[in-house]
Amino acid sequence: MLRLPIYLDYSATTPVDPRVAAQMMPYLVEKFGNPASRSHSFGWEAEAAVETAREEVARLVNADAKEIVWTSGATESNNLALKGAAQFYAGKGKHIVTLKTEHKAVLDTCRELERQGFSVSYLDVREDGLLDLAAFAAALRPDTILASVMFVNNEIGVIQPIAEIGEICRARGVLLHVDAAQATGKLPIDLAQLHVDLMSFSAHKTYGPKGIGALYVRRKPRVRLAAQMHGGGHERGFRSGTLPTHQIVGMGEAFRLARLEMGSENERIRMLRDRLLAGLSDIEHVYVNGDLEQRVPHNLNLSFAYVEGESLLMAVKDLAVSSGSACTSASLEPSYVLRALGREDELAHSSIRFTLGRFTTEEEVDYAINLLHAKIGKLRELSPLWEMVQEGIDLNTVQWAAH
Amino acid sequence: MAYSVKVLDHYENPRNVGSFAKDDEGVATGMVGAPACGDVMKLQIKVGKGGVIEDAKFKTYGCGSAIASSSLVTEWVKGKTIEQALDIKNTQIADELALPPVKIHCSILAEDAIKAAVADYRKRHGEAAAG
Repeated sequence: MLRLPIYLDYSATTPVDPRVAAQMMPYLVEKFGNPASRSHSFGWEAEAAVETAREEVARLVNADAKEIVWTSGATESNNLALKGAAQFYAGKGKHIVTLKTEHKAVLDTCRELERQGFSVSYLDVREDGLLDLAAFAAALRPDTILASVMFVNNEIGVIQPIAEIGEICRARGVLLHVDAAQATGKLPIDLAQLHVDLMSFSAHKTYGPKGIGALYVRRKPRVRLAAQMHGGGHERGFRSGTLPTHQIVGMGEAFRLARLEMGSENERIRMLRDRLLAGLSDIEHVYVNGDLEQRVPHNLNLSFAYVEGESLLMAVKDLAVSSGSACTSASLEPSYVLRALGREDELAHSSIRFTLGRFTTEEEVDYAINLLHAKIGKLRELSPLWEMVQEGIDLNTVQWAAH
Repeated sequence: MAYSVKVLDHYENPRNVGSFAKDDEGVATGMVGAPACGDVMKLQIKVGKGGVIEDAKFKTYGCGSAIASSSLVTEWVKGKTIEQALDIKNTQIADELALPPVKIHCSILAEDAIKAAVADYRKRHGEAAAG
């Protein structure tokens, strides 16, 4: 039976998989020990659970468990990676390279590093959302110490060429940080092959709990960081603070399930995403934002021209979707990611991000298709822009009375 | 964002959606806003004898509050003279619809749409532009 509203916002967050929740429960009430307690079995039991989870996180990305540092989430991981590396290696140089389409957790951290005296290049992406490798290589300078490129974009789902970027960085002696919050469980990640030095993870984008994440810190060649959180010296000094055992257990189980199931799960999700796109593509003037091939199967970001995004979201309130990213939906600005793609403002204003996941059904997708058909038609009847286009007026030639 | 009951009502059942033929007798058009800003309002009035607005229609590209503001304005201007219509202030629109602060610009745009439509009427009828 169809339950409304339908959740199509899996890139904002995912529900905790019930199997994950079941693993977490005992660590709240019965097995509550502090993993840092060395003197009794409560601590040993918690520590063992934390280390098992660390192994699971490492296995999903083919890393060594010793390279995984627990954090509170991808935002903290990004902060620790960027500030930690920049501050530690500041003696070598003070230049950082990143992309305009990065998540705010990277962009805002870079702004802070600029205030601390670093200089940052924010690179454009191509119209398809992907990084131009030649432009990237050209942006690296002798004093560049660090680059940060996200694996999968949160708004448009495009997959950056991390393997090639890693080669370039390694050859030029530049550390590479990759925000992989939107990548785990969606595509294979092999850190034994990729020349990536630091990688951020989040649990709650992959059916784990909120409030827990991890940072991969390469050991060979060794990457060093200036700690950002000081205290009891947990996590080998990288990040102090008592470990939240139940959260960590949840992340470990979520990543274990992702490793075991992502192959078949992603095929199913790809079929649903393609069904959604096919069902909507007979609507006139619908545009896919970002490359459709170099993209995770979960994401479909569409612009419905001549219909304003917020009113569209209102019209489809039976669908839990987002316009822009969840972090910016409260503002009136069009998506900075779509702007970076060179989308005209009216298309950037008219975008909806659909993100599908583990519990999305065919029935839900079909409901969404029908609802959108009805509502787009209604809103276009209301739209003076649509009327003008129907009359053959080129909107770019109109003198708008901007306010 | 939570919308007021009145905004939702106008959004779900917008009043007077549509267009008059631009060159019909007594028809004047006001178009304000820009796609780049995320809202464009087109307000049309049909003015009869004695300068009374007999009918009004709108089309709006914009958020729910922008649609509601323009829908409301079509109701309010009907039966008013063009001078009375110019007395409608954005604060009245914002109060009626209980618009939150971030949506006040929608009511300002609706007021501007009235002014633009009246200016168009006066231009067509050779009156001195005022107001």
